[in-house]
Amino acid sequence: MPVSAFLVLAGVLFAIGTVGVLISRNIIVLFMCVELMLNSANLALIAFSRALNVVDGHAFVFLVLTVAAAEVAVGLAMVITIFRNRETINIDRISILKW
Amino acid sequence: MTLDAAIFFISAVVAVFGATMMITVRNPVASVLYLLVSFAAQAVLFIQLGALFLGMVLIIVYVGAILVLFLFVVMLLNLRGGEDLGQPSPPISRFSKFLIAALLLMEMVFVIRGSTGATDRAVTGMMGPVVDTFGSVEQVGMLLFTTYMYPFELTGVLLLVAIVGAVVIAKREADHEAAQRAQAISEQGDSSNKEVS
Repeated sequence: MPVSAFLVLAGVLFAIGTVGVLISRNIIVLFMCVELMLNSANLALIAFSRALNVVDGHAFVFLVLTVAAAEVAVGLAMVITIFRNRETINIDRISILKW
Repeated sequence: MTLDAAIFFISAVVAVFGATMMITVRNPVASVLYLLVSFAAQAVLFIQLGALFLGMVLIIVYVGAILVLFLFVVMLLNLRGGEDLGQPSPPISRFSKFLIAALLLMEMVFVIRGSTGATDRAVTGMMGPVVDTFGSVEQVGMLLFTTYMYPFELTGVLLLVAIVGAVVIAKREADHEAAQRAQAISEQGDSSNKEVS
């Protein structure tokens, strides 16, 4: 397999994640789409790492995974707080910061 | 078709299928489970690319911890499919969103396909045989604890901040609510006392 096949797959997954972020109304599904996009970037990093035969990409992927875990922890805590205060997870109704 | 290509195509189809179903189903629990399927297929691809350690980390950390956390929150909020999500957006707005994503995808594919330089030949050519130790725990660990030691230590700080932040954000209102509830109960007690007297 050429490495570019993996890169195209990573691009497809990233695009699906983009569609999800744009059309999703549910804030939890939106979070999951961001996770999908982060992981498709990881796939691209690992593919390049394999193509150029350097392991440094793996270290970056490890750091990205850590950041994603931290983001999920804080984000879900915020979702719970928002749901407790406003009784909704519809992002169209959580738009008070929108100008 | 070689075994290598078969593994790639099956995993790729499963990953894309899981991702597509995740954004189309209405039920959040099903959505989480489809994302799980997609991540499992991506872990297979990681291992195929020689990233043994990271494939395992993806399964353990994402599938085992993060997606279970998502499931916990979905069940904690007791959401049902299609509940409280408002009207679907009009077709023209929906179409424009798909168009944006399609343009983004085309752009990425053009960049990948249009590569011609020396580095690019490594990308568009077939993969060579992999070195035995490539992507092993030993190699990645050595790299993380030598070259990338400061970023690695900083992730520890980041995780600490995330833990403290999550607790603070999720807890404060709980205290507030408990105070309100206690106040309501005491008021209720007062009024019932008055009624008795």
